[in-house]
Amino acid sequence: MSQTESKKETKKETKMDTKTETKKETKTETKKETKLTQNPLEKIWIPFLSSKLNQRRGSSVPQFTNSPTMIVMVGLPARGKTYISKKLTRYLNWIGVPTKVFNVGQYRRDATQSYKSYEFFRPDNQEAMKIRKACAIAALKDVCSYFTQEQGQVAVFDATNTTTERREVILSFAKDNGYKVFFIESLCDDPGIISENIKQVKLSSPDYVGCDADDAVADFLQRIDCYKITYVPLDDEKDRSLSYIKIFNVGSRYLVNQVQDHIQSRIVYYLMNIHVTPRSIYLTRHGESELNLVGRIGGDTGLSPRGNKFAGALGGYMRNQCIRELKVWTSHMKRTIQTAEALGVPYEQWKALNEIDAGVCEEMSYEEIQDRYPEEFALRDQNKYHYRYPKGESYEDLVQRLEPVIMELERQENVLVVCHQAVMRCLLAYFLDKSAAELPYLKCPLHTVLKLTPVAYGCKVESIFLNIEAVNTHRDKPVNVDVDREPGEALLTVPDHI
Amino acid sequence: MTSNEDVIMATSPRELTQNPLKKIWMPCKNGMPEKHISQRRVCMTNCPTLIVTVGLPARGKTYISKKLTRYLNWIGVPTKEFNVGQYRRDCVKIYKSYEFFHPENEEGLKIRKQCALTALNDVRQYLTVEGGQVAVFDATNTTRERRRTITRFAEQNSFKVFFVESVCEDPDVIAENIVQVKLGSPDYIDCNTEEAIEDFMKRIKCYENSYQPLDEVLDRDLSYIKVMDVGRRYLVNRVLDHIQSRIVYYLMNIHITPRSIYLSRHGESDLNVKGRIGGDSGLSGRGKEFATCLGKFIQEQNIRDLKVWTSQMKRTIQTAEAVAVPYEQWKALNEIDAGVCEEMRYEEIQEHFPLEFALRDQDKYRYRYPKGESYEDLVQRLEPVIMELERQENILVICHQAVMRCLLAYFLDKSAEELPYLKCPLHTVLKLTPVAYGCKVESVCLKVEAVNTHRDRPENVDTSRMPEEALVTVPAHQ
Repeated sequence: MSQTESKKETKKETKMDTKTETKKETKTETKKETKLTQNPLEKIWIPFLSSKLNQRRGSSVPQFTNSPTMIVMVGLPARGKTYISKKLTRYLNWIGVPTKVFNVGQYRRDATQSYKSYEFFRPDNQEAMKIRKACAIAALKDVCSYFTQEQGQVAVFDATNTTTERREVILSFAKDNGYKVFFIESLCDDPGIISENIKQVKLSSPDYVGCDADDAVADFLQRIDCYKITYVPLDDEKDRSLSYIKIFNVGSRYLVNQVQDHIQSRIVYYLMNIHVTPRSIYLTRHGESELNLVGRIGGDTGLSPRGNKFAGALGGYMRNQCIRELKVWTSHMKRTIQTAEALGVPYEQWKALNEIDAGVCEEMSYEEIQDRYPEEFALRDQNKYHYRYPKGESYEDLVQRLEPVIMELERQENVLVVCHQAVMRCLLAYFLDKSAAELPYLKCPLHTVLKLTPVAYGCKVESIFLNIEAVNTHRDKPVNVDVDREPGEALLTVPDHI
Repeated sequence: MTSNEDVIMATSPRELTQNPLKKIWMPCKNGMPEKHISQRRVCMTNCPTLIVTVGLPARGKTYISKKLTRYLNWIGVPTKEFNVGQYRRDCVKIYKSYEFFHPENEEGLKIRKQCALTALNDVRQYLTVEGGQVAVFDATNTTRERRRTITRFAEQNSFKVFFVESVCEDPDVIAENIVQVKLGSPDYIDCNTEEAIEDFMKRIKCYENSYQPLDEVLDRDLSYIKVMDVGRRYLVNRVLDHIQSRIVYYLMNIHITPRSIYLSRHGESDLNVKGRIGGDSGLSGRGKEFATCLGKFIQEQNIRDLKVWTSQMKRTIQTAEAVAVPYEQWKALNEIDAGVCEEMRYEEIQEHFPLEFALRDQDKYRYRYPKGESYEDLVQRLEPVIMELERQENILVICHQAVMRCLLAYFLDKSAEELPYLKCPLHTVLKLTPVAYGCKVESVCLKVEAVNTHRDRPENVDTSRMPEEALVTVPAHQ
């Protein structure tokens, strides 16, 4: 192959080689047989000897995209750009795509002394224009290091980006670096939505700290006007070769243009399913089960007497909430269904909400696992998120399994989800933006309901313990996670049980 | 013990019993299952949905209708398409020429309107009496007046309406369309190619003058997706519920770029040879031979930009290794989980779990192994794989028997009854190539011997049958 060809070869993902190249390789391949070995943590089969062709041995999630992607927000102030940026970033990180938001407004706040007034944003304010452009460039630079040095896969460039000229700058930057670009434009002409927006997130912005509410609103509206003069929305004709989604009036209408790959397709699907209607999501585990009492994991047992009491109390609590059109979801396991039965309302069973499959360790106590599988027990403590039980699942698998549940939760309004410890940790991590390292150690005790209410850019959490005693099932990470540790060290953090 | 007054319930929770076939827990009285509340159904819609296509002839409406219907049925939403052109053909036995479609042909208009109403009647029948959940009304529906008739009809019957409009002005796409599906239409059975094309182009012209595309302003209260230029662009308006959201997602992922999908099982495994199901064993000697042959076959096919997918089980990965190209491992492609029956021979299952064995024969699609999965579960697990297969181009999927049956059923539009009995023998590659409204299948047996792992449904499926009756269709093994 010529030099330029071989350069392209290494830059792209390894694709099918030329005919001669593979013929040569197969000759040697047929002679030796690749031995496989199973990675002890994730239980993934990989070749024993690494060969050039197996750089991408594959993980349990498919490759979303070959090159880093820049998501570029477009829109006047108070159109929900930051809301979308943060929510999308949270979702992508949760499904395993390293993503980060770059909010140019934040760069501006770091660069300038303190915000005085909307005059900073006047299109004829030359001094300010220079600063704002410099901030955008600085943010782009950081996007570059995020991709090249921090293994990021998606960067969300959160700014107004309302002029063709600014978008051109971003496009050339991306082209020079080999990044894909996907625009998200939010258009809204409903004054009610805009004022609600301003109330929810602008009044509390660092820009308006110490300001009177009415003054802040007046100033902000003038700020919007500054942008309106030069705003050029993405154009059907001129921008026909760009990849983008236009969101009209918080989702009543979408225009989607030139979706290039899997990740962009997933992003579009996600954006089309989220809404801003106020609602609450209630997360709880099933009532205490027979196996919980004896410190055993997994299985499919019924509720203990205290668990039954909890189910009754849950019914009372939910009725007191007086929720309009509450949906109730359970898993396919007896204990969540028994819990839901006590509510006396229709419920839906989701297999996807079943507890993590502990494979060969199903129905064992931690003491037994330590006794029979000490190495597995240690590996789990070393990396609880990626660890897969033999013939079972990992938290990472759980997240993939739960993705359709999250998507449907986004579509729904008031929902009560009756599930299990590991499952609840995964769902909670999504709503509260917890990392893969924190997720498996989130505290989700029995007989406690978590009420999540979206507010501003995040989620308000209320924890309600329904006053019925239950065993503790939370096992903290012990200090010693070495494979050669003493049983006592391994079992140090096991909670009490019968 | 507690001071919580809410603990006292007016009604006590119902007893639960586990349905023996699907292993679903449901409330029961005196041991008998009560009328059950919902089990997760994919279609989260309370009322039936009417999908209405819109567009000039040769814009892919029937292609979309058939494909969407196939997808929805596969994921478990009973769907049927109603092609008004077919009703017209049944009514007007012989097609003479495009003049039938002339906007001033009163006779023609009367017949066409009647056909549409007859079709709507059948839609009503399907959605209200026959248990259908989605009906696809496939016609041009190019005038606002016709669409109003349909929306009124839907309102009267409490159906939701979702429009799918296909807009395309690319003459090459339209020409290719005509060649692929119009020339072979019953309408042009006695024509030569040039005559057919000429007539069809005039037919399109008949519609053009009265065509009123869905309008952003005038139709802002309707739920619809406008597909422009075969998917370069989409306009989506007022998606009302889960099923419409899934339909939009699906339509946005399909494409018509020519490509082929290769489906194959792993090479023969050590457990296959012993007649055991499931497990995670490696390839037998013959299995390894097959893997090498597969590698050769793939090279000879000289496929552009081939992707290779495997499951996370040793035997598929070993097979892919011999193909010597990069591959991706999908957990979703793992074989069906046989729960407590993992690694058993059929003889052992009959011995230890004769009831389970019989239940499986009674309803192989819905039967769930204790602590395992059913084919129905498999389909749900495989849906993201299918979605990604739609996005991809040339691809080789190395998987397992039950998994391959599910994927094949999707591409070949097989019912839930047929699916678990589709023949997917070892060491045979199926090459699927989309053509016209369906899929061409080429079966390539790579000439390496292997055990047969296909067990037909025996005649006697009663739980009281004799062991021999149960085992009569078990294939030979070591």
